[in-house]
Amino acid sequence: MFPAAFDYRAPATLDEALGVLKERGDDAKVMAGGQSLIPLLKLRFAQPALVLDIGRLPAMNQIGRNNGHLSIGALVRHVDVEHDLDLAKKVPILGEAAHWIADPLVRNRGTVVGSVCHADPAGDWGSVMLALGAELVARSASGERVIAVAGFFQDPFTTALKPDEIVTEIRIPISSGPAGGAYNKLERKVGDFATVAVAVQVEIDGRKVTRAGIGLTSVGPTNIKATQAEKALVGHELTDETIREAARLAAEAADPKDDIRGSAAYKKDVVRVFVQRGLHTALGRAQEVRA
Amino acid sequence: MKVTMRVNGAERTGDVEPRVLLVDFLRTNLALTGTHVGCDTTSCGACTVLLDGDPVKSCTVLAVQADGRDVKTVEGLAQGGALSPVQVGFHEEHGLQCGFCTPGMMMVGTALLENNPNPSEEQIRWAISGNICRCTGYMNIVKAIQHAAKLQQAAAAAPSQGAAVPAGGGE
Repeated sequence: MFPAAFDYRAPATLDEALGVLKERGDDAKVMAGGQSLIPLLKLRFAQPALVLDIGRLPAMNQIGRNNGHLSIGALVRHVDVEHDLDLAKKVPILGEAAHWIADPLVRNRGTVVGSVCHADPAGDWGSVMLALGAELVARSASGERVIAVAGFFQDPFTTALKPDEIVTEIRIPISSGPAGGAYNKLERKVGDFATVAVAVQVEIDGRKVTRAGIGLTSVGPTNIKATQAEKALVGHELTDETIREAARLAAEAADPKDDIRGSAAYKKDVVRVFVQRGLHTALGRAQEVRA
Repeated sequence: MKVTMRVNGAERTGDVEPRVLLVDFLRTNLALTGTHVGCDTTSCGACTVLLDGDPVKSCTVLAVQADGRDVKTVEGLAQGGALSPVQVGFHEEHGLQCGFCTPGMMMVGTALLENNPNPSEEQIRWAISGNICRCTGYMNIVKAIQHAAKLQQAAAAAPSQGAAVPAGGGE
């Protein structure tokens, strides 16, 4: 299978890339690792006039830590996160989610930021970033803005990003107190999209939850932030009862469809189970980090 | 567009449209047909090659993305007429039935042993989890990679001996 013909540019600097998008952003697709875009091009679901390959931009493959947040550059691959042992200790949900993405070969090429920008409702990183309360740094020729992931996903494969913008990094706030998270994913086989997956992240003070994030994968038109379930946790202790209630509310927020992977009712119930399971794991991890 | 890449140690150039996939560049332009096209949808791993040492699906990489980079295909495994330890492993442990997935499996095995000379069975199974064998010969593929690990370790312990054996007539 060949993609339809396209122009190709692989700039060596960010300024050059932003200049290209300023001129031709409306007809262009930005490509990092290409693990989502190239399949779409081959199936001709996407036929951009221009593919802007940012894979050669310098200094974007770094995971940085500064000013209370973690910064994941636009060219950091899934495998980089998966194998970062220090990261796995501090923010366990990142490595856990990375481990479940696609397969090892795709993880060697695909990027975290690219996956978020692709905005597939079955994408894993979107839910993880919702749970973590992450922000995207978007650059264009006219400047820079910061977009909360919570307002980023608009529809399947549709985001708040403008045609002339490139996301250069994701910023993940790092809690000063005890925090923990978990990513639970149900997939039929390695490389399949999630039937259902759930990301949870909690910050605790004593036993009380001070911040809760819950993101749902494959159960709606976008990755879903389960806001009501999060609210039900904040200010409360993580008891079996509060966890059960949050799980019920998260399942209510899910809007899945019947398909070959399962019925809508089944998927909703998996959300409920995964929120419960994830919160128990997250609590354990938060207490471990504290100890 | 003109592309130049190092393929199996030798510099190769070509003139390709940007939409040409790396696997097609290798097979059509360079006549390296050892890399197979299976599903052509990023699912099966038959087209696995090493790009700067990492196993990737060459049906999901554009040839232009490999410009200036290092590519290794199954043709690059045997050195000086001697099979690589992974090739010996697949030969001796019968790590193939129809052989279609074999080039991809061997490239993944090669990359795994490069980074992890003594992988557990679980680590081997995890490494090949993006590669599908429709003969379902996974047992022997795992054994073949385990055998290759032993050969490689033996070769490392006695560098003058070497673990490689002369290539057979089948290639």
